[in-house]
Amino acid sequence: MPRLVIDGKTVVAKEGTFLLQAARDAGIDIPTLCEHPAVEPYGGCRLCLVDVTRPEWDGWSKMVVSCLFPVEDGILVSTRSERVTQTRKVVLDLLLARCPETPLVQELAAEHGIDRTSYVPNPEPTDCILCGLCTRICDRLGTSAISSANRGVGREIAPPFHEAPPDCIGCLACAEICPTGFIQYQSGSARRVIWNKEFKMLRCPTCGRGHITEDQARYYDGRNGVPARYFEPCDACKRKEQAAIAVSLMAAPEGR
Amino acid sequence: MRIESRQEFEAAVAAARQQGADRRREVLVCCGTGCLANGAAAVAQEFATRIEADGLDATLALHAKKTGCHGFCERGPLVVVQPEGILYTKVKPKDVAEIIDKTVAKGEVIPRLLYKDPTDKKAIEHYADVPFYKHQVRVSMRNIGRIDPADLDDALAHGAYAGLARALFDLTPDQVIAEVEASGLRGRGGAGFATARKWKATRKAKGERKFVLCNGDEGDPGAFKDRSIMEGDPHAVIEGMAIGAYAVGAREGYIYVRDEYPLAVEHVNLALAKARERGLLGDNILGTGFSFDLRVSRGGGAFVCGESSALMRSIEGKVGEPRAKYVHASDRGLFDLPTVLNNVETWSDVGAILEHGGAWFAKWGTAKSKGTKAFSLVGKVKNTGLIELPMGTTLRHIIFDIGGGILKDRPFKAVQTGGPSGGCLPADKLDLPVDYEVLTANGSMMGSGGMIVMDDRTCMVDVARYFLKFLVEESCGKCIPCREGLKQMLHIFDDLVEGRGKPGDIERIERLSRGMQLGSLCELGKSAPNPVLSTLQHFRHEFEEHIDAKTCPAGMCRELTVYQIIEDPCTGCHLCTRVCPTAAIAGKPKQKHVIDPALCIACGACFDVCPEDAIRFLPKKHEGGGHAPAGH
Repeated sequence: MPRLVIDGKTVVAKEGTFLLQAARDAGIDIPTLCEHPAVEPYGGCRLCLVDVTRPEWDGWSKMVVSCLFPVEDGILVSTRSERVTQTRKVVLDLLLARCPETPLVQELAAEHGIDRTSYVPNPEPTDCILCGLCTRICDRLGTSAISSANRGVGREIAPPFHEAPPDCIGCLACAEICPTGFIQYQSGSARRVIWNKEFKMLRCPTCGRGHITEDQARYYDGRNGVPARYFEPCDACKRKEQAAIAVSLMAAPEGR
Repeated sequence: MRIESRQEFEAAVAAARQQGADRRREVLVCCGTGCLANGAAAVAQEFATRIEADGLDATLALHAKKTGCHGFCERGPLVVVQPEGILYTKVKPKDVAEIIDKTVAKGEVIPRLLYKDPTDKKAIEHYADVPFYKHQVRVSMRNIGRIDPADLDDALAHGAYAGLARALFDLTPDQVIAEVEASGLRGRGGAGFATARKWKATRKAKGERKFVLCNGDEGDPGAFKDRSIMEGDPHAVIEGMAIGAYAVGAREGYIYVRDEYPLAVEHVNLALAKARERGLLGDNILGTGFSFDLRVSRGGGAFVCGESSALMRSIEGKVGEPRAKYVHASDRGLFDLPTVLNNVETWSDVGAILEHGGAWFAKWGTAKSKGTKAFSLVGKVKNTGLIELPMGTTLRHIIFDIGGGILKDRPFKAVQTGGPSGGCLPADKLDLPVDYEVLTANGSMMGSGGMIVMDDRTCMVDVARYFLKFLVEESCGKCIPCREGLKQMLHIFDDLVEGRGKPGDIERIERLSRGMQLGSLCELGKSAPNPVLSTLQHFRHEFEEHIDAKTCPAGMCRELTVYQIIEDPCTGCHLCTRVCPTAAIAGKPKQKHVIDPALCIACGACFDVCPEDAIRFLPKKHEGGGHAPAGH
């Protein structure tokens, strides 16, 4: 197993893992915005930059994003060298200019000593930090209903042609994973609306609550062969039913 | 007919050469994109019509050939009469009859169509004597302008596939790599990575399925060498790739061409079909048992798709965005399989290197940069066009001997090399020998070989801003430093050119540049500050004048400049009134003219056209603020 040194601390990492994980396992905190254990690393937010060197590199070092750099035996990692800190500050300063009213960005910037952006603040503040978590989780679920659209400063997250996305199943994974609450939706017992697409809810026959969309149930049926009726009772009612069975079994005299 | 052995290959080449020799008279009509835009298609058609109508192929053994770009786009449409090698420029269809009757039939030269040297105004008869061509050494562009790209036999007659034949018949894959290593060939796409090293790593990589790719996503402003190679000699690319595939053990490849190059797509596809038909591509190439095939993948025109990882994603059908490259493409490239990616020009060099040997190529160049390099020479230079020269040629030789100097003999100010990742070099760098190391050491880079020459009527702050604008639109937007950094950098530059610069801007530019260089995901973002930093390095005073005095020393920033007509020298020639886009200049013929400041947009068109130097520019007075005096 590779042995490496992170901020002076010797760390033994699992083969095939990335630096970020190795650091976190060793109790060393590295800030991130686009990383999530449910999806592949992305390398877009650039906050997890670290300095990597080897003793034999003669003072030469390179900056890498720790979420994507595989652990190697013998490397020396600095998560807070001068240039790492400076670069992280520039990145957060820039992000704060894009999202001046977003609490998550404000807090992270403040932690790095930035209270106000030194750049021109976005005249139309947005909460979308373009971390790509929503599109990646949507891809991971196999639906790929939303994607990044346009490039450069015009980049945004959008369904195709800005219309209700035909492939969306209304699972809310994108909204749940969004770190800033940018993706809005309404959800009730009968209907749910996300990305301007309206869904009918599959309602629990016992309590009447809608907890999953009909499209979602159909999608899982087609994909994993889990029949839609499996989803009909809601989780709470399912648990109640199971508990009732357990109780009745316990109440029954032994040995019969 | 398929070629299935060494004997058959040699026979095919001999037959092709004989066919060429039988055509005693040949007219080469440049049908590159530049000449086509100037009407070359009609000229070629006129030749074809006349040859057919009058049976000139029989009586004069005359053949008209549509070739790729001759490079001298400034003077197109170009026609070369062979075997004398007489060059005619700016040829129109109505000139065709005269060319046939006088030059082809009687060997008489038509003076009015000859190229005239801009320095001594002397007419030059022969192609080879024109300074633009005389100093060139063509390897990657060896057959462009000489062959008809649609005619495989013509290519064979000019040496195409001879390098592939040698590789397959006489050399092992390791020997092929050794030959490339001996040539010292480095990536012509700009980064300059040693080609043989790339190939070795891919050869060593584990895996049955490997790829060779060609990067034809040339997108730098002002660069068009890859386009000309693909349009004018697609066989050179195919040959190089087949050799590379043999060396690394690949059986498949893609040529990634941007869709804005329709003629390149057409000619490459045509060449692929013909090569397959003759057994130079596909199964069992030349009967050697080696199989390799190629497909064209058309790019949608995103500049970032020229970046290797983005290019591979694009071929895979995914969004063309870069990803971190801590694992090399030689191990995990296209579809996560071992992959070699080289530029069009690099591939084109490979065939010649295998034909003539690595030492032959390495005889040109400097210590670490061997061989020749193609450049697109554009901007304020007399002879714009496409050139190829030994590495180590000085900028002065390129710009003044080949380029013929600056338009209207104005003073040279800077040359931009390497496109949006490169930088601007000032006059005191003119004697630098051009190679990878020297350009990088001076804050620029080789890039894809674009060279934009600028005269004194160029504002360096505005030049940097131009490249920023380009990159703002072309950044993919995946990572924060590039996407947001470019946007904020452009804000600062907009302020500078519009008179809102403030103290501390230079330091802000430098801090942001460093953040982008260190923080960005791919080379687009990492190198995006280069045009800014190199202009700052060499022309810092211009930035200071924009900030401190709110003046543009070149008189180009419209918000900072006013134009006036000086009374005495003005002859009332009326030239300025004709070019003024807003009709801001009034005056009767032969009388003094006056510019109406309310209508003038300070575009400077009048200044550039005035034959009497009667127009001057002054710093615009800003409300409430001090300004530098005129002539500052």
